[in-house]
Amino acid sequence: MTKRQKQRLVRGALYLVFVAGVLAVGLLADWETTRRNFFNAALAREMFPDVLTIAARNTLLYTFLAFSFGLAFGLLLALMRLSSIRPYRWLATVYIETFRGLPALLTIFLVGIGIPIAFGTRWPTLVTITLGLGIVAAAYMAETIRAGIEGVPKGQMEAARSLGMSYTWAMISIVIPQGFRIIIPPLTNELVLLIKDTSLLFVIGTTPATKELLKFGRDLLNTHANATPLIVVGAVYLAITVPLTQLVRVLERRNARSR
Amino acid sequence: MATPANEVPAIEVRALHKSFGDLEVLKGIDFSVMPGEVVCVIGPSGSGKSTLLRCVNRLEESSSGQVLIEGDDITHPDADVDALRSRIGMVFQAFNLFPHLSVLRNLTIAQQRVRRRSRAEAREVAARTLERVGLSDKIDAYPSHLSGGQQQRVAIARALSMEPDMMLFDEPTSALDPELVGEVLAVMRDLARDGMTMMVVTHEMGFAKEVGDRVVFMDDGVVVEEGPPRKILTDPQHERTRRFLQMVG
Repeated sequence: MTKRQKQRLVRGALYLVFVAGVLAVGLLADWETTRRNFFNAALAREMFPDVLTIAARNTLLYTFLAFSFGLAFGLLLALMRLSSIRPYRWLATVYIETFRGLPALLTIFLVGIGIPIAFGTRWPTLVTITLGLGIVAAAYMAETIRAGIEGVPKGQMEAARSLGMSYTWAMISIVIPQGFRIIIPPLTNELVLLIKDTSLLFVIGTTPATKELLKFGRDLLNTHANATPLIVVGAVYLAITVPLTQLVRVLERRNARSR
Repeated sequence: MATPANEVPAIEVRALHKSFGDLEVLKGIDFSVMPGEVVCVIGPSGSGKSTLLRCVNRLEESSSGQVLIEGDDITHPDADVDALRSRIGMVFQAFNLFPHLSVLRNLTIAQQRVRRRSRAEAREVAARTLERVGLSDKIDAYPSHLSGGQQQRVAIARALSMEPDMMLFDEPTSALDPELVGEVLAVMRDLARDGMTMMVVTHEMGFAKEVGDRVVFMDDGVVVEEGPPRKILTDPQHERTRRFLQMVG
């Protein structure tokens, strides 16, 4: 058998397996029950407008808060990692490795139960949420931001310093703005990850007014014993995240062209 | 400048040593530039001439020795390096314009932040220096839209906008296409004619001969010889200088 014939045979076999799989799913699944349990139009309709005005709104709000916190704190960590002062570098490295290495759920959980124990009172939910998710976000963003700053040619800092600008001013007005331009695509990716990670915030404990999308969907799943709410919130997630990932693609293409 | 010429050197380098790890790049340099003087530093690559230039405004930390800027020691641990640097303009081989800022902003940002000039004042100075390098029409352009020669002229204008007492040039034409070298050298020639104190690391022997008041030949981390351009370039005393000049042609 020639190499070409062999290839054709393998490809044919793969198609066959695929078609058989699709047929098996199509014939064996109980479509009527599935439709009733996952695509209940009446139940889906009932979810509106709350799924948007409460759940999606909360998801976006938590994302925004955690992202802002993560960005500010991540920038600080990145600068510490690039610092000439050894303890700063060391501290930042330990922080970043710790919170990138732990499951986000564990960190959020620890913040959720840790604050009331450590400070004797419950803090406002928004603060706890911002911290819980923001601490994790900062660790990831710090590495992205550091890469961005290191991606700016050394000559930029030198030119700024040669004009008499201080290190801090040169960073703020020359290096950091250029670094951020480089990392807008990966940072947007992290935003998308963060949107999805808001679904972990249920462990902090929520009231009807503070539910985010997934918690909102799961609670309805439990009360109605029907999975339609999960399909609906899934669609809402996609409506938010897909445009963003497309945006990343456009930005990356533009970055590639400008180089 | 109020200081009369021949009194305090603009740049005075004393017993300067610089090592990168085990590699000794500067092996005790003594050297000075007087106010209004144009000194061209020549020598083979790896001779330490760029390192010397970068030690003058302390972009590179020296290992030992001193650099005095108009009498102030910039290598001293307590020196106000930023203030001293603002008196020294520097032009880089790779231009190093700020690509995210317009030409105008490239020229005004340090004026405002370091010289504490108002926006209007900084703008006025920027317009004046751009005219001096012949690029008034590019004030709103971005660096990426300029040719290499234009970028380097903007970089010179950026340094001039700080109204420095002296200018350092680190191989300012080495990254340029041959047809763009002339416009940059013309700007530098004008500067020299206007009495600017200049220290120029260069491979442009024609420029050194025509514009330089003095030529310094460096090789292997030491100053081999220095003197009037015509003498050094046509009648060098040292074998190493002779060999170098033969090579560059």
